[in-house]
Amino acid sequence: MLTLHGRTVVPGKVEGEALVSHEPISGWGGIDPARGVVIEPRHELYGVCFAGKILVFPSAKGSSGWSGFFQTTRLSGTAPIGMIIGRISAKSALGAVVTRVPAVTDLDADPCSVIATGDWVLIDNATVEVSKR
Amino acid sequence: MFLTDEEKRMRDGAEGDAVAAAMDLLIRYGYALDAERLCDIRNVAGTMTQPSPTKARLVAEGGWDKAFAVINLDSDLDLTIPSMRVPTCQLQHGFGPDSVDIVPYPKANVELQDDAESFYGRHGVNILATCTPYQVGNLPLRGEHCAWMESSAVIYANSVLGARTNCEGIASTGAASLTGKIPCWGNHREENRRGTHLVSVEGLTVESFQDWGMLGYFAGGIAGEDHPVIVGDLSRPDLTELKHFGAAAATSGGVELYHIPGITPEAATVEQAFGNEAAVPDAVVYGPAERRAMYETLNELGSSPDVDFVLLGCPHASVDQIRQAAALLDGKRLSASTELWIMAPRALKVMADRSGYTAVIERAGGRVLADSCPAMSRAAPAGTKVFATDSAKQAHYLPAILGIEAWFGTLEECVDAAVTGRWNGGLR
Repeated sequence: MLTLHGRTVVPGKVEGEALVSHEPISGWGGIDPARGVVIEPRHELYGVCFAGKILVFPSAKGSSGWSGFFQTTRLSGTAPIGMIIGRISAKSALGAVVTRVPAVTDLDADPCSVIATGDWVLIDNATVEVSKR
Repeated sequence: MFLTDEEKRMRDGAEGDAVAAAMDLLIRYGYALDAERLCDIRNVAGTMTQPSPTKARLVAEGGWDKAFAVINLDSDLDLTIPSMRVPTCQLQHGFGPDSVDIVPYPKANVELQDDAESFYGRHGVNILATCTPYQVGNLPLRGEHCAWMESSAVIYANSVLGARTNCEGIASTGAASLTGKIPCWGNHREENRRGTHLVSVEGLTVESFQDWGMLGYFAGGIAGEDHPVIVGDLSRPDLTELKHFGAAAATSGGVELYHIPGITPEAATVEQAFGNEAAVPDAVVYGPAERRAMYETLNELGSSPDVDFVLLGCPHASVDQIRQAAALLDGKRLSASTELWIMAPRALKVMADRSGYTAVIERAGGRVLADSCPAMSRAAPAGTKVFATDSAKQAHYLPAILGIEAWFGTLEECVDAAVTGRWNGGLR
């Protein structure tokens, strides 16, 4: 078990399976909120569904529609259940707020390196516990 | 986060439930950013009228008050939305009534948006309906704090105008419009506006519209969410070239602010761009090999030379861009298998109509369309499989959004493709 410490973005506690992106994620033009799937053709997670997963990603990129698209995943029932964000920005901070899922950033290790897709992750406010698959 | 007495009164409902909900969102958002406080703004560019299935459902359930509460304030409460507290404009949205019978786009969306324009107009929203508010009268001053969304407008406001805004979203601009407040974080603070990466153009001169787009696409890949400073062999750009450059840098990366010493207002010199001489990093070179790599990346989703559709005006065209397209199309006729659309702010389309440019373009079989774009509205001519554009941003996004192939080239190559139906572009 690996324990990481960071800063709370959206308070709360949740556990689930990690889905890790090593590349930044686009909202508008990057995901289909109706299905909860990454649709950017050049992206490493192209075609992968993030609904019900804890989404681990380095940062948000692209359009300012980012937060609105992730808000729509909440309203459509396709949202991730938690977010672990490498580097916060206005897009990802607002996105986590309106997705209304526990979210954390500024961890003491790079989450996209130390967490792998499929690991079991517990977010408890500013603390993240990782059980390797 | 520190709140002033005025902000606490807003939070506690002294200005009504909707303003309290707006302040609640700003407090949650400020916490997420670890912002120290809010700052006062009186210039908001957001989106309220753009149709979506979720919005249509909310409007059917509880009218536009409900849609604004859920989408623009992230609130589950039943609220009555008051007039905007500070000047607020609507960015680009869906296609309007003038697109009917031209653009395959649901009539229900046109009607929903018409209804939205009436509601929000009554609440004091200026319906600019463009991704380039700075082309049609919303031109913030240097140092002015704003709450804007639309990545290509944010980067233009910060870098070219020297205004201060983060890349806001639908809910934060909604909350800002009812409070005149936004978290004083990131680009609002002087110490966060310095350059971080140095890009040096060597071995070629960046002077064409296409070259500015490719350089922007490169700079975004290098700087990510940080602040590239561009030096080297550059010709003096105009509004349209920096509009293209910024849109591209905000697409390949998340760039919200760049400096071009001697051109953009916050950096007279390279040293000033980075704060001091010691902070100037080693340069990343943009030369012929990097230029070719950008060209090939932007064209890697093109394979068939049979072009169905040519798209110009991303970000929305200036009057001069419409004039240039008209000059190239004058006396020509589009291929029977190809359509050409130029996207523009409606205010500028009126000027193009008045100047006779629209008539020249329409005689050739092309269209000047307002308010929207194929990416925003997920709409292209029926049966489009391959499109061509002079916009790096649109070449990047539209294949993902519509599942079509893309060619990226010059205005001349795009017009040639529209006339011949064939892509004959190449890097020159």
